[in-house]
Amino acid sequence: MLSLEGLQKRYPTGDLALRGVSLAVGAGEVLGLIGPSGAGKSTLIRCVNRLVEPSAGVIRLEGRDLAPLSGSGLRQARRQIGMIFQEFALVERLTVMENLLSGRLGYTGFWTSWFRRFDSADVARAFELLGRVGLTGMENKRADALSGGQRQRVGIARALMQDPRLLLVDEPTASLDPKTSRQVMRLIIDLCAERGLAAIVNIHDVVLATEFLPRIVGLRAGQVVYDGPAAGVDHDVLTRIYGDEDWTAITQRMDRQRGAGPADDAELEVQAA
Amino acid sequence: MTGAAALAPATWKRPPLIADARLRWALCLGAAAYLVIGIGSLEVNWARLADGFERGGRFVLAFLQPDFTTRWDDIRRGFVESLTMTVTSTAIGVLLSIPVAIGAASNLAPRWIYSLCRGFVAVSRTLNEIIVAILLVAMFGFGPFAGFLTLTFATIGFMAKLLAEDIEEIAPDQLDALRATGAGFLQQLDFGVLSQVMPRLIGLSMYRLDINFRESAVIGIVGAGGVGDTLNTAMDRYEYDSAAAVILIIIAIVFAAEYSSGWLRKRIQ
Repeated sequence: MLSLEGLQKRYPTGDLALRGVSLAVGAGEVLGLIGPSGAGKSTLIRCVNRLVEPSAGVIRLEGRDLAPLSGSGLRQARRQIGMIFQEFALVERLTVMENLLSGRLGYTGFWTSWFRRFDSADVARAFELLGRVGLTGMENKRADALSGGQRQRVGIARALMQDPRLLLVDEPTASLDPKTSRQVMRLIIDLCAERGLAAIVNIHDVVLATEFLPRIVGLRAGQVVYDGPAAGVDHDVLTRIYGDEDWTAITQRMDRQRGAGPADDAELEVQAA
Repeated sequence: MTGAAALAPATWKRPPLIADARLRWALCLGAAAYLVIGIGSLEVNWARLADGFERGGRFVLAFLQPDFTTRWDDIRRGFVESLTMTVTSTAIGVLLSIPVAIGAASNLAPRWIYSLCRGFVAVSRTLNEIIVAILLVAMFGFGPFAGFLTLTFATIGFMAKLLAEDIEEIAPDQLDALRATGAGFLQQLDFGVLSQVMPRLIGLSMYRLDINFRESAVIGIVGAGGVGDTLNTAMDRYEYDSAAAVILIIIAIVFAAEYSSGWLRKRIQ
């Protein structure tokens, strides 16, 4: 449903962040994007919804090239792509409900949104999603009154308000504690499975990535150096992506995990296929 | 022993701001010399000073018995004019400053609009209110209309500059998030920018209301209407007791504005 062909990004400073990335994501497929800091992971997912302008290449979403779009065409394309951020990116001074409804802005006229008179179907959807992410009754709280995990849940619900086909998830757990990280990852995976959403998840934590995400893409210096199943990520692959290091501690943890939960992995792979 | 000391010195001094010791001392001595010569060049007319003290004394005495009644009609008219000028110029100035502030924020506006708006802000802030008032009184005649225009012009520059700086500091992720939902530019401004700068906007508006009232008393002196006009007339007539009444009322109003704006700012945080 999403295919990237020869995607390149050169920043005005001259840095080449992406050197011709090609990638295909199937409908309902959830993939993890790993790689060292500065490898271009954030740039890559921001190129998909054109928050960053790619310098060259094709971004095809369900057959349509997004690269040349502008104005209302671009806004319509963006409605189909939900985004979840590392630092949540909620508007802190607005209520939880307003943050959720802001996911509908692409479908709503200016004056309607100015007076906050959103369509009643949108409001009903917002309440339903609030319940789904476990925040029932929080609609009138201000976003800055929530904890990190709660904020990320609001961020997830906002992205789903768009009724997207694809989710772009940028380091969803980097600002969260380990337990909350796992809960948030599980929530994202479950929601994608429920709604048949495809997703690209940028993630630093290799162990978390290989546990939850069936397909892993490794990015190094703006190029794809690994694209395969999570089970294939071993000492050699990690060295290819991140460079030389003693990976035994991490590979052992990944092995233990695979031994402990083959059922979960198999289930995820079925969903991905 | 010495070898160990060389490896790990036990004393440390903060490196001076100016590394060159000679330049550092030259600058200090130069500044001191300039100060001495500067004070030496002042010509103080002690006789005139004594005269002034006497006049000042009379003024202070008048403060102890301000006369609110004799010129009450003039005083009242002046204050009504000043308050009208203050409120209208603040309201319209703040409204007009919002688009200018958005244009003067480098994270929102394209380069050429940015330069244009920053240019306007610079001009508005360079020209002191009194100079603008003299100009506008010459163009539009004596009276509060010139004062209203002066204060509006100054308000736009003041508000746009401070608001633009606030807009430039908002978190870029939140704007990205709104952009990613497919929101239009005005919707991004409403949800992403206005919501974040609202407390500052209200706080600054209250502060500017306060400034505009005080300025309205000053620009009246050059003919732009308001209570400054009343004050000027009273001083010209040596009616220090009436002048004292005007000044006392100004102080009371400024105090009231100060406290109410503080209260309001606390409420909206």
